[in-house]
Amino acid sequence: MPLLRTFIAAASALFALALPAAAVEVKAAVLRIDRTLPLPISRLDIPPGDLGFAGAELATEDNQTTGRFIGMEFSLETRAVAPEAAGDALDALKAEGIGLIVVLGDGPTTLALADRAGPEVLILNAGARDEALREEDCRANMLHVAPSRQMTTDAVVQFLIWKKWARLLLIHGSHPEDAALADAYRASAKKFGAKIVEERLFEDTGGARRTDTGHVLVQRQIPVFTQDTEDHDVVVAADESDVFAAYLPFHTWTPRPVVGSAGLIPVTWMPALEAWGATQFQRRFENLTGRGMREEDYQVWLALRVVGEAVTRTGSADPAAIRDYALSEAFELAAFKGQKVTFRPWNGQLRQPIMLTDRHVMVSVSPQDGYLHPVSPLDTLGRDRPETACTAFGG
Amino acid sequence: MRLALFLLPLMASPAFANKIYITNERGNSVSVLDSATWEKIAEFPAGNRPRGITISPDGKKLYVCASDDDTVRVFDPETYEEIGTLPSGPDPELFVLGPGGNPLYIANEDDNLVTVVDVETRAVLAEVPVGVEPEGMAISPDGKTLVNTSETTNMAHFIDTESYQITHNILVDQRPRYAEFTADGTKLYVTSEIGGTLAVVDLTGSEPVVAKKIAFEVPGVLPEWLQPVGVRITADDSRVFVALGPANRVAVIDGTTDEVIDYLLVGQRVWQMALTPDEAFLITTNGNSNDVSIIDVKAEKVIKSVQVGEQPWGVVVAPD
Repeated sequence: MPLLRTFIAAASALFALALPAAAVEVKAAVLRIDRTLPLPISRLDIPPGDLGFAGAELATEDNQTTGRFIGMEFSLETRAVAPEAAGDALDALKAEGIGLIVVLGDGPTTLALADRAGPEVLILNAGARDEALREEDCRANMLHVAPSRQMTTDAVVQFLIWKKWARLLLIHGSHPEDAALADAYRASAKKFGAKIVEERLFEDTGGARRTDTGHVLVQRQIPVFTQDTEDHDVVVAADESDVFAAYLPFHTWTPRPVVGSAGLIPVTWMPALEAWGATQFQRRFENLTGRGMREEDYQVWLALRVVGEAVTRTGSADPAAIRDYALSEAFELAAFKGQKVTFRPWNGQLRQPIMLTDRHVMVSVSPQDGYLHPVSPLDTLGRDRPETACTAFGG
Repeated sequence: MRLALFLLPLMASPAFANKIYITNERGNSVSVLDSATWEKIAEFPAGNRPRGITISPDGKKLYVCASDDDTVRVFDPETYEEIGTLPSGPDPELFVLGPGGNPLYIANEDDNLVTVVDVETRAVLAEVPVGVEPEGMAISPDGKTLVNTSETTNMAHFIDTESYQITHNILVDQRPRYAEFTADGTKLYVTSEIGGTLAVVDLTGSEPVVAKKIAFEVPGVLPEWLQPVGVRITADDSRVFVALGPANRVAVIDGTTDEVIDYLLVGQRVWQMALTPDEAFLITTNGNSNDVSIIDVKAEKVIKSVQVGEQPWGVVVAPD
């Protein structure tokens, strides 16, 4: 099989280079779904106006630098809309002849867009982490560059097991996303042999996010909230809604590290990363935007690089051809993660390492040493082929 | 006559002592070894984050890419004094000297450029736009063709050294790191770190063509860790050595059949390599074990490892 793969790669490389000078036009768009959300707990997390779009701009530049050597022309459209306007925005992009659409949004909207787009459009999900989109609600015309929730929770729990911190206190929020994240942690704990010794619910009771002396109350309330627990090694916070997790470190009743939505956080990207040749990539982005690269920017960059790589190797800008190549054994992409990233052919999920960070330095990267797998150690993160509920990919 | 008789035994033995210079990326220094004793005889500061290193054919100038200083530093190989700098553009990592010792071709990763610098006048002779993140640099034996690999574009760019125009681009696997011509100029080898392959480029036709891709396989080593980086070829083109990064192995390839014949276990994260002028020994830098491995080229065996500075990266051997 490796021989066949080499042959396909070599053959398609030759094909791409044998193309005439007439430019192949590759039209892609990024559709960002902006929900009205409360202010983040920390003002460091306020989203910049060009969130995601900046990653798209860099990817288009990178693709175009390659494209000019082989007669490819990459163009980019960006749209930011509210969820209820997403369908119309998609229709307008399709009317412009754009069949490659990166969606940066919530799960339900992303799924609705994939259904509305039809089979002639390729949707690249760069935002939604919902398990269902990769499983029972998977769609043949949708690839997932963003990791699923369980890929991120598996990354955390593998590290905890490596550390022998196997007794977990799970604190989860009261929103549906928090419940989904807590489910993912329960599944990860079961998968890798950690024990959730106790669970607590942190109810979101609303109120202003910005108060002058909020820290005074936090310092009194969090210790009280976390007292009288079962013995645990570590606190796992499932708070996708950004309500309480950021307040847990240093304030828990028992002195224990916090992981998950605060403390040690699983991410696809962080602006401090310098390993694996990332420095030049970070600097290219910073020169372009004047800010550090966020996960959303990286995921959109990666989605468009998948497109660029497929176009370069196949010589085609056809969404169906790009999808088929991305899902084939020949596809591989360098993504500043120390190893190639590839797609799971059974549900269109991108395999990728997940970094663990305290938001200052990279603490570790999963999969952890010793987690082996017959296909790829990356398949120890997230649901594996035998467990899949996805049928749209012919598996 | 008498003189010649004196010299004869000396020349017959391969034991010309050559100095070996090793950049220590994290130690901000260059370690100097003696090839007769394999002892470390000196270590001197070399600027911030020294990586690529080369020496002039006459052995009078040692060039070091001081990546975090955005410059190429030039040292006296005997006194270890800095004798000048060369304009390199930001973050220089790898470079190659023209066969006569001038000019110096430098890959500028930040600007997607290859910079051509006259080492005597310090003048920038040309800047050639290439792909994203230019990295590997190779010069053909006749000096007429420069090859640059770009890590994110995944190409080897062939550049005419008279017109500074790109004549050909060929696609290789993910993240091409290093390129090296055979001595007879008929082949070019390109390593792809993330793709895990060595591309063999045939240069005998009207255009360069990837004739073969060599994959690597070591029992007990995850395929993900087989990341080819540095390449060295013997002068008779019979052996090609490929450093496999975190796999801690050097692959030995038959230069005629382009088949892997052996894997030599060296230190951790083996990165770059250099041959002694008599080709008796190959020295490898091992970034995560802070040492260099010495390989007996004829026996194809690792004979020794020597501690150097922190995170050794590049290596060059002084000419005879």
